[in-house]
Amino acid sequence: MKNILELKDLKVSFDTFSGEVQAVRGVNLTLQKGETLAIVGESGSGKSVTSKAIMGLIPSPPGRIKGGEINFEGKNLLNYSKRDMQKIRGKEISMIFQDPMTALNPTMKIGAQIMEGLIKHQSMSKKDAKQRAIELLELVGIPNPTARVEQYPHQFSGGMRQRVVIAIALACNPKVLIADEPTTALDVTIQAQILDLMRDLQEKMETAIILITHDLGVVANLAQKVAVMYGGKVVETGTVDEIFYNPKHPYTWGLLSSMPKLHNHSNKLIAIPGTPPDLSDPPKGCPFAARCPHAMEVCTEYMPDYFEESDTQKTACWLLDERAPKVKPPATIGIGGE
Amino acid sequence: MIRYILQRFGYMVVTFFVIVTLTFLSMKLLPGTPYRNAAKMTKEQIANLNATYGLDKPIPVQYLKYVGNMLQGNLGESFQYDGRPVTQIIGEKFPISIELGVEAIILGVVVGLLLGIFAGLKRNTIWDYSSMVIAVLGISIPSFIFAALLQYWLGVKYQIFPIAYWETPANRILPAISLSTVVIATVARFMRTEMVEVMQSDYITTAEAKGITTMQIIFKHSIRNAIIPVITILGPLFVNIITGSLVIEKIFAIPGIGEQFVTSIYTNDYPMIMGTTIIYSAMFILIIFIVDILYGVIDPRIRLAGGK
Repeated sequence: MKNILELKDLKVSFDTFSGEVQAVRGVNLTLQKGETLAIVGESGSGKSVTSKAIMGLIPSPPGRIKGGEINFEGKNLLNYSKRDMQKIRGKEISMIFQDPMTALNPTMKIGAQIMEGLIKHQSMSKKDAKQRAIELLELVGIPNPTARVEQYPHQFSGGMRQRVVIAIALACNPKVLIADEPTTALDVTIQAQILDLMRDLQEKMETAIILITHDLGVVANLAQKVAVMYGGKVVETGTVDEIFYNPKHPYTWGLLSSMPKLHNHSNKLIAIPGTPPDLSDPPKGCPFAARCPHAMEVCTEYMPDYFEESDTQKTACWLLDERAPKVKPPATIGIGGE
Repeated sequence: MIRYILQRFGYMVVTFFVIVTLTFLSMKLLPGTPYRNAAKMTKEQIANLNATYGLDKPIPVQYLKYVGNMLQGNLGESFQYDGRPVTQIIGEKFPISIELGVEAIILGVVVGLLLGIFAGLKRNTIWDYSSMVIAVLGISIPSFIFAALLQYWLGVKYQIFPIAYWETPANRILPAISLSTVVIATVARFMRTEMVEVMQSDYITTAEAKGITTMQIIFKHSIRNAIIPVITILGPLFVNIITGSLVIEKIFAIPGIGEQFVTSIYTNDYPMIMGTTIIYSAMFILIIFIVDILYGVIDPRIRLAGGK
């Protein structure tokens, strides 16, 4: 299958007063039509910066894209002018944001906010755009859409606002949808509704989704492929099954272990000790080495290459080298509910 | 929305009566009499005069009579200009001050908004810094200094504009500019701060993600949200300008109300003091009322909170 989106060795840095912060340090990812790729990792791992880079929304200065390629349908978006990028944003690639309470303009009617993209990208008349906005609200499950288009964001609940944000993102049938922690700010019951909605819409519209999250429950729900990011790098990629049932990277083990489980009889939550590396002075070797219980000397000196466990699973860890000692994953990685 | 307006209107009426009462009482505490030759007059003469003007009655009676007349639009007659109704004097002088004030505020708001928006968008560049230097100068240098400088440079040295009086439209330019400096500076600083904040908010990112142009983002999303707090300072600014125009009116020899007001206080011209205060406060309250309504029009959250 052909890749709709392909990141090649993407590097993004921010120039701050204390020096260059290398937020993303050579990320390779591929996304195929209609599939969902989850990018997981803790705060500061570079997942949000990666998604903003794809949208061309890295604020510059202080941000800058240092190298690599973002190929969308075979064309490198990094060579696009500002104007050309505006034609891509919202039409071919669009984005859902984390906090629906602040993602909508408080002084503009919901309808007008949905219509903007339609008028710009599909040259619709105001009347047609409004009709389409009503259809979109209906599609994302907002009752009484004809009246709702005339309302302002403060008249919607958080979950309803996130539906509006999704309607805005899907207005022009984008080929790629980036969802940056779309359910983090919502109640658990609403989270499930929004995830169901996204799955339904993906089937209807065949949109490829990049799902940014640190919630592995969401990943299991929605994604087919997973990329685990740490310290600005992708440390492991694979299908959902591979990542959940046969993880190879100690950081993935840590992530899976730290998921709260229903049938866990001990009262303690498991955490990964330590903090992520300071990316203004990134470590020479594997970024996880400092926190890794299995770290070897080589880990702090050299970044490992990707070891291919299968066609789809690639892991950057020295433990997979044939000279390394054999380490078994901890028993705590079993997924919730088992 | 209608209920919101009615509610605001109610507040406005109450505030107005509180001000009238307080002014009346505090005016009675002013030392001296309204009569120019009081020092040479006998007690009897003064008592006679007091009786003529109704000043011998108890203060509550005087107050009720005054309020009764006021409600019929009668503000009494001036003591210093024999027998001329206060309303007539105010009617002559007030429009001049208002006109000057309106011109100054329009100039100030337009220039201030432009400077502020520009500085906010070009944050931390040379454009931002120069706009803010202008703003700080505008706030810290008193308007009469600007007035004198403008008179000297544009009036005397290059003779582009007339230096004083209130005759042709050209007469308005220098006083309006001098008066507007504070408005320019205040509005520019406020608007810059708001623009910077709004441009970093999430909904601007959402708008960017829709792929609309930067101009559309600025005009449809940023300015409308940034301008809300700025509108609230316009009311007080406008009143500042009207009262503050006293010095400017003097420098440019403009026959406005400001100068008249001070003279009335010197001479204990009670009806003139009351009349001028009433007009000033009525205007102040009216402006705040208008600003409240404007605020509701621009920010739907406020409109609906009041309308429910």
